[in-house]
Amino acid sequence: MTQVVLFNVFNGLIVGAFYALMALGLSLIMNLSGVINFAHGGFLAIGGYLAFTLMPYVGFWGGLVLAPILTAVLGLIVERVLVRRLYGRDPLYSLLLTFGLAFMFEDGTRFIWGAQSLPYQVPGWLLSPLSSDYFFLTGYRLFMVVIVALAVAGLFYILNRTRLGMRIRAGTLDLETVSVLGVNVRVLRNMNFGLGIYLAGLAGVLAVGQLGLQPTIGSSLIMPSFVAIIVGGLGSLPGTLLGGLLIGVASGVTTVFFPSATEAVMYVMMAAVLLVRPRGLLGEEGRF
Amino acid sequence: MGSNDLQKQAPNIVVWVLLLALPLWLPYVGGYMELGSRVVVLALAAMALNFLLGYTGVLSFGHAAYFGLGAYGAGMTIRYLVPSTGVGLLVGTLVGAVAGAIIGPMIIRLRGVYFAMVTIAFAQVFYFIAFRWNSVTGGDDGLTGWTRLPIHLGFTTIDILHNPVAFYFLVLAVFAVAVGVMAWLLRSPFGRTLIAIRENERRARFLGIPVDQHIWISWTISCAVVSVAGALYALLNNFVDPRALYWTQSGDFVIMAVLGGMRSFWGPLIGAAIFVVLQDYLSSQTENWMSFVGLFFVLVVMFFPRGILGIIRRKVAS
Repeated sequence: MTQVVLFNVFNGLIVGAFYALMALGLSLIMNLSGVINFAHGGFLAIGGYLAFTLMPYVGFWGGLVLAPILTAVLGLIVERVLVRRLYGRDPLYSLLLTFGLAFMFEDGTRFIWGAQSLPYQVPGWLLSPLSSDYFFLTGYRLFMVVIVALAVAGLFYILNRTRLGMRIRAGTLDLETVSVLGVNVRVLRNMNFGLGIYLAGLAGVLAVGQLGLQPTIGSSLIMPSFVAIIVGGLGSLPGTLLGGLLIGVASGVTTVFFPSATEAVMYVMMAAVLLVRPRGLLGEEGRF
Repeated sequence: MGSNDLQKQAPNIVVWVLLLALPLWLPYVGGYMELGSRVVVLALAAMALNFLLGYTGVLSFGHAAYFGLGAYGAGMTIRYLVPSTGVGLLVGTLVGAVAGAIIGPMIIRLRGVYFAMVTIAFAQVFYFIAFRWNSVTGGDDGLTGWTRLPIHLGFTTIDILHNPVAFYFLVLAVFAVAVGVMAWLLRSPFGRTLIAIRENERRARFLGIPVDQHIWISWTISCAVVSVAGALYALLNNFVDPRALYWTQSGDFVIMAVLGGMRSFWGPLIGAAIFVVLQDYLSSQTENWMSFVGLFFVLVVMFFPRGILGIIRRKVAS
């Protein structure tokens, strides 16, 4: 029993790490530009498929490095051509735009790579269990946790220690003042969007190794990311991280005791948080 | 009735004449009766959403939940409880309205994107329940094994099951009642207050208007009407499946409202007509219709943000 619970907690932690990685990107974009990026899941899927396509040429490691970067470049272009025009308008419009993009991405990946699930090979030595007692502790799973941890650490490093990060944080609080102080806000928002999409691409590459490669992978991961943001608190990146991990573990544990409620449990958590603490666990008072 | 009144009433008269005469002219433009019923049903849903979106200024992206609850409510009532179309409609509406009323207090204090996100997320709960609760809802395969039933009026029986025109008029009658209630509410002091909230919430608050309470009532009315549409939708298809509850369906309603024009009462009807016909056409022409629908979203946002009626109104004004 302990093993089963541990197994599911660990599983939940990994899924939660995906949610968190995706939700962090969503949060970045939402905090600075007020855009809910519905196409985030589409970017995630593209990241995964790019890694799959690149693998024969650059190998697993090359794909892990290159695919998120290419995805981010696509994100920069989308922001530059489409999303940028909607800043300052009712958030309704950017919502609808990214909603349409999500449709196009999902259908586009289906068109290019087919609707069938594709096999994605991770290096063999990563797949073997590390311990015979804890069979579920394969190298790949630990590896994913390490990569996510590195990515999150990297993100917080950028935000707290670099000039770009400081500008992003300042812009989140008061974009107008940042602009008046001489920062090119257009470039700032563009870079920030790219950073968010990079995280989606990275989550995509990691997720396909675990969940398999199919066009709907994006739309199945985006809703939990929203829940992660709401539970953690809108506007707070540590909150988003916490929210993602929490709902992942909660779903994992629920799988043991009440499998058919696996998906529903995170929404129950969300309702509870909204009732008791509408701003979310780590959200700031009065921001939304 | 002065000429000014007539001018004001003209759009209403045109809409009702076109809708009442639909069975006469639809075949000539290549349509079929089910398509007409579909347009009216989805238009009702989009107009219900617009009650909230266009007239209260609150962005809900989760209306599919209440649409789907209405659909499942109607279908399951007929399947398991009472074999009656009327009771099904009534129960479906109640289920959606009650769910909306209960969820309302949790979300009405939120605004803007946050409100949108929470409504989307809440909608997913019902999707998963419908999807997972196989034994009752039929799960992914949908709720089958029932049909809408002829309506017995005592002196006569209307066979809405086999006569698509009769069913269309049932849909239209329900549509008329629901739309009439919404129009009446919008013209009442309550409706004017909603518009005041939309225009300047802070000022409305300072004037002593209980804003949250108004938004809650508006939200609940909107949910109730959208579940009427959902119940009709179930009757139309003689079938319900979880896709009626999926978040993409919510997006469809929003794009219908925006495409037609959020600031006009009949806008969502026009938006729904265009959207439904386009989707019907695309899905018969290409397997990749989803891409085209997505592209359509992008084009509407980029080039017609005011909607068709918004553009016409601007042209007329200038």
